[in-house]
Amino acid sequence: MFDYMKYMRQDKLPLIWCAGCGDGIVLKSMLRAIDKIGLDQNEVCMVSGIGCSSRLTGYVDFNTLHTTHGRAIPFATGVKMAKPELTVIVVTGDGDATAIGGNHYIHAARRNIDITVILFNNNIYGMTGGQVSPTTPIGKKASTAPFGNPENSFNISGLAEAAGASFVARGTVHDAIPLEKYIEKAIRKKGFSVVEVMTPCPTAYGRRNKLGNGAAMIKQLKEDTVPLSRAQKMSDEELQDKIITGVLVDVERPEYTDNYQKLIERFKG
Amino acid sequence: MSKEPRPDVGKNVRVMTGNEACAEGALVAGLYFYAGYPITPSSEIAEVLSERLPQIGGKFMQMEDEISAMGAIIGASLTGAKAMTATSGPGFSLKQENLGYASIAEVPCVVVNVMRGGPSTGLPTLPAQGDVMQARWGTHGDHPIIAVAPTSVLEVFMLTIRAFNLAERYRVPVILLMDEIIGHTSEKVILPDAATIEIWNRQAPTVGPDEYLPYKITESGVPPMAKFGEGYRFHVTGLVHDETGFPTNNSVQINKFLGRLNSKIDRHADEIITVTSDLQENATVGVFAYGSTARSAKRAVMLARQEGARVDFINPTVLWPFPEKQVSSLAERVSKIIVPEMNLGQMAHEVEWAARGRADIVKINRIDGEPIKPDDIVKAIVENA
Ligand SMILES: Cc1ncc(C[n+]2csc(CCOP(=O)(O)OP(=O)(O)O)c2C)c(N)n1
Ligand code: SF4
Repeated sequence: MFDYMKYMRQDKLPLIWCAGCGDGIVLKSMLRAIDKIGLDQNEVCMVSGIGCSSRLTGYVDFNTLHTTHGRAIPFATGVKMAKPELTVIVVTGDGDATAIGGNHYIHAARRNIDITVILFNNNIYGMTGGQVSPTTPIGKKASTAPFGNPENSFNISGLAEAAGASFVARGTVHDAIPLEKYIEKAIRKKGFSVVEVMTPCPTAYGRRNKLGNGAAMIKQLKEDTVPLSRAQKMSDEELQDKIITGVLVDVERPEYTDNYQKLIERFKG
Repeated sequence: MSKEPRPDVGKNVRVMTGNEACAEGALVAGLYFYAGYPITPSSEIAEVLSERLPQIGGKFMQMEDEISAMGAIIGASLTGAKAMTATSGPGFSLKQENLGYASIAEVPCVVVNVMRGGPSTGLPTLPAQGDVMQARWGTHGDHPIIAVAPTSVLEVFMLTIRAFNLAERYRVPVILLMDEIIGHTSEKVILPDAATIEIWNRQAPTVGPDEYLPYKITESGVPPMAKFGEGYRFHVTGLVHDETGFPTNNSVQINKFLGRLNSKIDRHADEIITVTSDLQENATVGVFAYGSTARSAKRAVMLARQEGARVDFINPTVLWPFPEKQVSSLAERVSKIIVPEMNLGQMAHEVEWAARGRADIVKINRIDGEPIKPDDIVKAIVENA
């Protein structure tokens, strides 16, 4: 059995997450990935914004920073720039990272700063009770979209790719083993990395859309999942409402803190 | 311009603007990380630092907005770095939420606001002092803050260093309020020898990680501060927290924490507040002025005295915490206090409160982008003497 407790602040348990929430599966995958890489807990700085998912930083035994809504990436940027030797991991929700924090998300990707973002995509604002998010699919109900969401939604992995992230992967909490691998790769990657994780929020999203409990929603994730290799042979119509999983981007690009260090070196005699 | 060497231009004699002096002072104070977003009339601070910081091994970042700049300096400060951002009105408004974060999480940092006319985009190139109340109350909730206001280029240099010192000693964001006039005025300054300048650093924990309480209630009211990445593994949050740093909803713990947080600056007010006074025996009228307006006021006081008026002059260089004692004793001495400011009377309210009816307040206000002229103040002094 993997010893999760090594990385948990045990006196802070139980977690605030609802029964059936997928966030715990992401947490566990993340801890296994960190353990596999063999990171020293003192060398990890975990930064989050505001939301259910962002509460994670209070429970894990690293240098932890629970910031303001949407701003985890800027705080993390300051940490990374001032102490590049730290492994900086951002934990954030779909609303946190791509609504209020959308500007920071794309600019961090553009800079290609060596930060790993674990983006918990539950298609909703969980913490505040189920308001529509930039990833709520069109037509789905939310407390602020009682007649169905009239807006188009974001492909947030695609957004990171277009903005210049050097690593992007999408996984689901149904497939925790691949998810762990994506997170491991993302942390190892020198550059801005994103792992978008599809995770169910039965409380604020599932119930309103009659998607069943957490287990049923995870089962649905399995049915909707199409691995990238298979998706490449499918038409856009066939891929409607599907979740394409896998490593979507893995490229080498100059990394920002390295670039800046080189600039500093130029002035050293 | 003549290329002849000028006898007075030595190592420490320089001609510089307020914005340049601010950058220079920050470097002397030990600035390591700057993040900002361009805005008139503050941009020169960023420009100077973008050139100087990498040359001394520091870091400069132009962020995507003022919100992220404020967030980034907090992140950097948590690793132990001295960090600063600079902006003007619109950007200062954007920084407010994260400024409150620095306040509650007690993260030392310096926020420069080179004030311009407002509200909104307002008067981008013209001076104002309209953000003095925002500096105190701009972010939501009761919170500690320090704000300093220099009146000359040399004072910008000195007060920037002091801003860092205060931020470090009290674990608080310190706001440096300049205005467009001082930011852009070139003056000859004689900088003090670096060796004579006192630099304060945050107090490091004296206990090991096992015993460390990041928000411990200490005698001074300021808990020692560990750095991220040095074995302490503490938690930092903008939620109200207890001594351990973790969120709490317990009213006893809430009161303990917010009580300490909100009293730590007032408790040390005497050590923090600096006021330049020029008092005259048997004065009947006083002038209270700050920032660039204090320069006009200083001249006005001199001119009015030549005309026979008996005038006291006080110029606070720390606005928050408010120099209540100094204003109170001024109110004991004179029957009227003239408060010139480039806003509609923001500090005049504070002066009135501190005077508590012992002296009448006479306001001189301008918000048209024009400085208050010495003559206008002389007139008020003579009329009220
Ligand atoms: C500036 C600001 N605006 C709004 C809020 C209220 N708020 C808290 S969490 C949240 C949404 C969180 O949604 P998401 O990021 O998707 O995370 P989840 O709770 O679903 O994990 C909002 C709007 C806030 N805390 N701060
Ligand atoms: S509201 Fe949703 S996201 Fe939040 S803990 Fe509950 S299930 Fe998870």
